[in-house]
Amino acid sequence: MITTKKTGLAPSRRSVLMGAGAGLLAGAGLIRPVWAQAAPLKLGFQLHATGIGAGYGRWYQRTADAAVKLINEGGGIAGRPVELVYEDDGTDPKRGAEVVDKLVSQHGCDLVLGTLFSHVVMGSAPRAGELKVPYLVCSEGYHVASGALNRWTLQPGITDVRSQISSMAPWVAGNIGKKVTMVYPDYAFGYDHRDFFTAAIQAQGGEVLAQIAIPPTETSFTRYFPQIPPETEVIYHVMVGPGVLTFVKELGEFYGTGAKPQLFGFIDSLEAVDTATPGLEFLEGSHFWEAHPRVKPADAGEHEAAYRAAVGVDDNGASTGDAADVATYSHMFSTWETLFFIKQAIEAAGYTGPADRQKLVEAMEAISDLPYGIERPQGAKTFNGKTHQAFGVQNISKIEGGKLVKVHTTTIEEGLYPDAVDYTTMAF
Amino acid sequence: MGFGPFLLLAVMEGLVSAAVLALTAVGLSLVFGVMRVVNVAHGAFFMLGALVAWFVAGHVAGPPVWGWLAALVVAPLVVGALAALVDISVLKRLNYEPEAVIVATIGVLYILEQAALMSFGPDARPVAAPFTLRLQLPWFGYSGYKLFVVVAACAVLAGVWLLMARTRFGLLMRATQVDRNTARAFGINVDRVYAGTFALGAALAAVAAVLVVPISQVHYLMGADPLLLAFITVIIGGLGSLRGTLVAALVIGLSDGVISMFWSPTLSKIIATLLVALVLVFRPQGLFGAKA
Repeated sequence: MITTKKTGLAPSRRSVLMGAGAGLLAGAGLIRPVWAQAAPLKLGFQLHATGIGAGYGRWYQRTADAAVKLINEGGGIAGRPVELVYEDDGTDPKRGAEVVDKLVSQHGCDLVLGTLFSHVVMGSAPRAGELKVPYLVCSEGYHVASGALNRWTLQPGITDVRSQISSMAPWVAGNIGKKVTMVYPDYAFGYDHRDFFTAAIQAQGGEVLAQIAIPPTETSFTRYFPQIPPETEVIYHVMVGPGVLTFVKELGEFYGTGAKPQLFGFIDSLEAVDTATPGLEFLEGSHFWEAHPRVKPADAGEHEAAYRAAVGVDDNGASTGDAADVATYSHMFSTWETLFFIKQAIEAAGYTGPADRQKLVEAMEAISDLPYGIERPQGAKTFNGKTHQAFGVQNISKIEGGKLVKVHTTTIEEGLYPDAVDYTTMAF
Repeated sequence: MGFGPFLLLAVMEGLVSAAVLALTAVGLSLVFGVMRVVNVAHGAFFMLGALVAWFVAGHVAGPPVWGWLAALVVAPLVVGALAALVDISVLKRLNYEPEAVIVATIGVLYILEQAALMSFGPDARPVAAPFTLRLQLPWFGYSGYKLFVVVAACAVLAGVWLLMARTRFGLLMRATQVDRNTARAFGINVDRVYAGTFALGAALAAVAAVLVVPISQVHYLMGADPLLLAFITVIIGGLGSLRGTLVAALVIGLSDGVISMFWSPTLSKIIATLLVALVLVFRPQGLFGAKA
């Protein structure tokens, strides 16, 4: 059987029309504000759009978009417009390394930023080091300041777990209790809490009675509660992931109306979760660490309102469009502050393109004082160029009437600890 | 806490995990038994059932029990209908080739998960239990609803057994299971039995989800763990055997409860996986499975 196909010979009417349509669309895309002929700075964003970190990823994207909008309205960075290129890493370390590669080699990004989950940071940072590209993480892990990573990896937008814990322990020992049982996830993030809190509470004359590690995939928690010693005064909990609600609910069922220890938790347990959710009544009166108070405190800084408006968050910490859509407020500011840190460093370094990447990292290492302003809505910070880590204030909030109410703010000094590494002596 | 109360809590926890296992595994077992189809999308149907439950419960006014009852009716219907559609439009066209079906159901799994992420979002959301009853024992408190799940699981399993053993549809399913071609020769509409079985399997996953969701939460990735555990249960019990599924769920659930409380949860997972390996080596058809 012989069939004749005209494909490739003469253009059909349909293909001509489609081509014309595509041309129109492409043309429309080109009509943009013209930036004095400057090529845009391309910043690659490693985004947890899917996988276990998706709840955070969504808010990281919204916050980064808002920051870039503000930066571009103010004339961009060094006169160049900024463009964010997002790539989904599936909250997976292996994919994370591929994403760094793709952002740098394929999209031609000047640097990469935005990673939250520690295991993705650990999986991606070595690749950033091989590619010799600045990699700015927003993860609060101690992995940067511990010296486990490389000269190209920095954490300028959020404090690390060790610093957070060191500044919390005195308050816990002084105000809630000294006999503590810790409940934490059974992997690196949990171990940081276990090690640093145990040491920090001992320094305050307290003690950790039991350390209960829970596998990250666990969906039922009641079976762990009998391990909590009865003389416990404080349960220190830092659970993450979708099982958190169950954890709190089952803890409530277990203790019920009887005598129960005080609770102190890290807000990581309840990021993106409404504290007034049915089943969480058990948390009433308990305390949480917050980096950036979700419910706007009465004494909030002068830039708090402008920041909330820019990222689309109301005074209760939920999306202005949907009260059920609660923000990951104590983490997302890190992308905003990291972007303004990048702006400061690029302008100081006179960075013009990928050939200046080393100069850019050196300029970042030279930054030390990061004062409060719209660039840093969470609060003033200091940056340690040797350890590549930022230090800032921490907050403690209490749940009252289903709402987080800020009760205490630490100083930056309370979160400082001796340097464990000097990255500036390492080769690029 | 003394040894007695500790053991009591371990057994209660074990019974609850056995019930959850049996509920999630029974649909998988049924589909494999009748159709010889390994349905990797079973966990996604479970997740979809929970999602529908969350949606329905949020749209029914009145006390939580009304929303929950409505979900118990609506979720299996919606999920079952979708599964029938998948069977007719995808699996049937692949002639139920084992390898092709596995790949196709993996595809369905991804489509459902990502659709849930795009519509429902990435956050975990709670569904209120139909009743709040907290049992205060002298040593600890326990959720009354969790014990209700154990009773409900028994009822669901009994219902499936009755359906298979006492109804005409059950007879058709069993006939198709024994020999598809002979069944067709006797005038049984095998296509319809297959679509019905696949829908029933998915509907059972949805029922399990509605029962389980008040003690966990809705999350778009929630189907992964139940799927794995359901496979373990079904392999140990024997694919296609209802009795085997029940016994395996009890063995795994109770040993999980007791071992993870007295020793460590990791050890109980190791033992469950070891059990699967041993069963596969020494009795590949499972404890109660018929020889293929």
